Amino acid sequence: MEKILTQNIDKPNSQDIKVYLDGGGYKALEKALSMKPEEVIAEVQKSGLVGRGGAAFPVGLKWSFTRREHTEPKFIICNADEGEPGTFKDRIILKNDPHLFLEALIIGGYAIGASQGFVYIRGEYYREIEVVEKAVEQAKEKGYLGDNILGSGFSFTIQVYKGAGAYVCGEETALIESMEGNRGAPDCRPPFPAQSGFLGKPTAVNNVETLANITAIITKGGDWYSKIGSPDSPGPKLFCLSGQVNKPGVYELPLGITLRELIENYGGGVRGEFKAVLPGGVSSSLLTDLNVKLDYKSVAKAGSMLGSAAVIVINKDTSIIDVAKNTVEFFAHESCGKCSICREGTRRGREILSRFANGGGRAEELDLMLELGEVMYDTACCGLGQAAMNVPVSAITLFRDEFDQKVRK
Amino acid sequence: MFTLTINGEKVTIPEGTTIMDAAKQVYINIPHLCYLEGLEPGYHCRICGVEIEGEPRLAPSCVRQISEGMKVHTNTARVRRARRMIVELLLANHSIDCPTCERNQVCELQKLAFELGVKEVRFDGEKPSYELDETSPAIIRDPNKCVLCGRCVRVCHDVQTVSVIGFVNRGLETMVSTFMENGLGNVECTNCGQCIHVCPVGAITEKSAIDEVWAVIANPEKHVVVQEAPAIRAALGEEFGLPAGTLVTGKMHAALKRLGFDAVFDTNFTADLTIMEEGSELVKRVKEGGVLPQITSCSPGWIKFMEHFYPDLIPNVSTCKSPQQMFGSLVKTYYSEKAGVDPRKIVSVSVMPCTAKKFEAQRPEMSDSGFRDVDYVLTTRELARMIKEAGIDFASLPDEPASELMGFYSGAGTIFGATGGVMEAALRTAYKLVTGKELEKVDIEPVRGLDGVKTATVNVDGLEVKVAVTHGLGNARKVLDEIRAGKSPYHFIEIMACPGGCVGGGGQPISFDLALRDTRGKVLYNEDRALPYRRSHDNPSIKKVYQDYLKEPLGKESHHLLHTKYTKRERV
Repeated sequence: MEKILTQNIDKPNSQDIKVYLDGGGYKALEKALSMKPEEVIAEVQKSGLVGRGGAAFPVGLKWSFTRREHTEPKFIICNADEGEPGTFKDRIILKNDPHLFLEALIIGGYAIGASQGFVYIRGEYYREIEVVEKAVEQAKEKGYLGDNILGSGFSFTIQVYKGAGAYVCGEETALIESMEGNRGAPDCRPPFPAQSGFLGKPTAVNNVETLANITAIITKGGDWYSKIGSPDSPGPKLFCLSGQVNKPGVYELPLGITLRELIENYGGGVRGEFKAVLPGGVSSSLLTDLNVKLDYKSVAKAGSMLGSAAVIVINKDTSIIDVAKNTVEFFAHESCGKCSICREGTRRGREILSRFANGGGRAEELDLMLELGEVMYDTACCGLGQAAMNVPVSAITLFRDEFDQKVRK
Repeated sequence: MFTLTINGEKVTIPEGTTIMDAAKQVYINIPHLCYLEGLEPGYHCRICGVEIEGEPRLAPSCVRQISEGMKVHTNTARVRRARRMIVELLLANHSIDCPTCERNQVCELQKLAFELGVKEVRFDGEKPSYELDETSPAIIRDPNKCVLCGRCVRVCHDVQTVSVIGFVNRGLETMVSTFMENGLGNVECTNCGQCIHVCPVGAITEKSAIDEVWAVIANPEKHVVVQEAPAIRAALGEEFGLPAGTLVTGKMHAALKRLGFDAVFDTNFTADLTIMEEGSELVKRVKEGGVLPQITSCSPGWIKFMEHFYPDLIPNVSTCKSPQQMFGSLVKTYYSEKAGVDPRKIVSVSVMPCTAKKFEAQRPEMSDSGFRDVDYVLTTRELARMIKEAGIDFASLPDEPASELMGFYSGAGTIFGATGGVMEAALRTAYKLVTGKELEKVDIEPVRGLDGVKTATVNVDGLEVKVAVTHGLGNARKVLDEIRAGKSPYHFIEIMACPGGCVGGGGQPISFDLALRDTRGKVLYNEDRALPYRRSHDNPSIKKVYQDYLKEPLGKESHHLLHTKYTKRERV
């Protein structure tokens, strides 16, 4: 398959604008600026591209919602606060091909009618922050940012904003709160950022990888793009393969390949004997069927979610209780603490799983965990709380025996 | 207008209404904890979740607005399960010490647990063990009881615009705290105590002086004197099951006598005295070209707010002490002399609707009598607890008067407890001071009621005196910023820190309901109408204190005992 997202990363000095321009960079912007904003959005809608940050919302639709708002100014934010455990896909673009998504961010700004864009980068991505800041400078120097870009009359600037280390700030409303100088806690939706986002203005928030698809869609057309991968969820995807596999790493592959293909053909097979896999990081549910196709619908149908496609492989030497406990510890640590259900639910979930991990589990608390998972899904404000119990709930459902063995005698 | 169904019942209601409000139309009160009328929704607690057909999750009804054709269910198994589990989780992390908790039976968590049928808490484990914040002379915060509903944060930030408390830390360590966890006593807290009213549990309480007061009452060496602020009589009855709006002046005095106080007086007396001094001060400023507008100084929450946030306006603030402190300096001088009691033996206790009064009494300058002018400050709630502890059947008590010397008051004194009351009382007397004639129509309606900023113009001998009245510190900022900008048209401004004035003070029976505060205020206006004297300068006890002791308003003795100064305070 022709690489789209990782097309440039192996070139020497790939982060430099000269290399990017030599490879045909910023031609998509030129083309987009010759189109009407509505035509740009229509092309993206035609492509069938959905957000790659985890929520899989159709990008064209998000842009059209933001475009049709009458409030000015509007903003577009690139969400580069990559923090889901097992996810390290945006990082390779940020570090190696920053212009690929910056170009798309400018196109997105043009499409929705924004003249100010932001890149919100995870604070720990020190090197990537430098690269992106430099890339913004280069784009400015070359006239791709600033006033009257390429004589089109469209003006656009990009500001880089550093996160301060909170996982939850990758959730778009928390990200916006954080940018506004508030506590990084998710806000209620509706209203969605498309109506009321940064500073209460219409705002589109798009993930790095999502944006990295845009230039190809503009250059080659939405129809062309929509034929890549699975008809339900077209396009390439960066799969972050980690855990007990022989060749962990980031793989650009069309959506719709099976877990088995990914792990065996690309990941060099499971290290040890296969037990389970998390297809979408620690927010997703465990799967044991390697024949599941890795596209949004198929994974959901199998009872999990593709999320950011952080595929974490677990072998039989690993205690599933430890896996569950570690994930809940992560969420307990990263919960913003605002919703009582998430704060207290992760607190008690962690304690219950610790008891099992130490061989002192209480039998009646297994069903309590399942109920807790359902109530957290039902009532938590944001995705963190809604998904925090997915791993333990699926672990209890799939590997109840393991838990039963750890019940206090 | 949108039409939707709630539990199958059709409702047509304006766009923008929340599901929680819409549900009231079909006689459903959706259980909630972090939502409180009068504050923006916080949607922290998630208890108010309801099912909406076609949506994957429950929606928080306090914030989710209705839409056309919505089908809402407020009482499904799924909804009930979620509510119960959230309450269970909150209880699991709460120090369940209900019998000894100050908010026992006035606790929303307790009520929710009972009403939602939470019969057991299936979660257990670590309980919080935070240190109490006891840095403030007025308010104690107990993070171990806090349910992190954020209501205190919102009232402090949104209503009072003081913003000294906020959420700190993250996740399991989340707590409400002050800047750098320095404690309420070391930040710009005004001690207004509105956070106590909005707290659903016992996490914020006044610093109690009950035990100290019992001890001095029991000490035969001590002569314990008590004063009660105007607003007490408008609310104390609520603590004993009397209907809101019951005036209990006589029962209050009767109860205080039975608690063992040696002399029962009334702050309303010094409210009248305040009017004599403050009215004279206003007339002087107007006549002599002094700094205007003059701003009232009775509300210690407002005073501390001013000292932190508007110290440049110190020259505008009346130098008059508050009625509590005027009383305090007179009790150990004037009363001591009249009664022949050694001031060293006198213990001066006040009952206030206010938590900030505890701070005010401790201000170092409040010792003009040569002693601490006010030794102990009790809130309305503390007094109610003492009456209950003593087994006094408050509701059945006969009406008894306070002692005349410092207990007789005019209607002008009693309306101090309602927003606009000080202004109205001051105008009644200032008119006389300027014109030598009595203001015929003493009811000055435009300054009454609950509007955030009320204004009026009163013709005093040809001079159009412009006045403004605000209550709640957020409202106060509006008129203060006008002064700062040099655009204030007013001669005289009344500012009360608490919404509704003193009847809504931080020491009153727990409630953040503005309608109730209005009801309490009306009680005082009714008392005013029924009293023989309605102007402070007509009060015979006031005439006597000037005749026998103070000589004249703004005179040497008055200046020494009844006036004070203010301090610019740091911003942290």
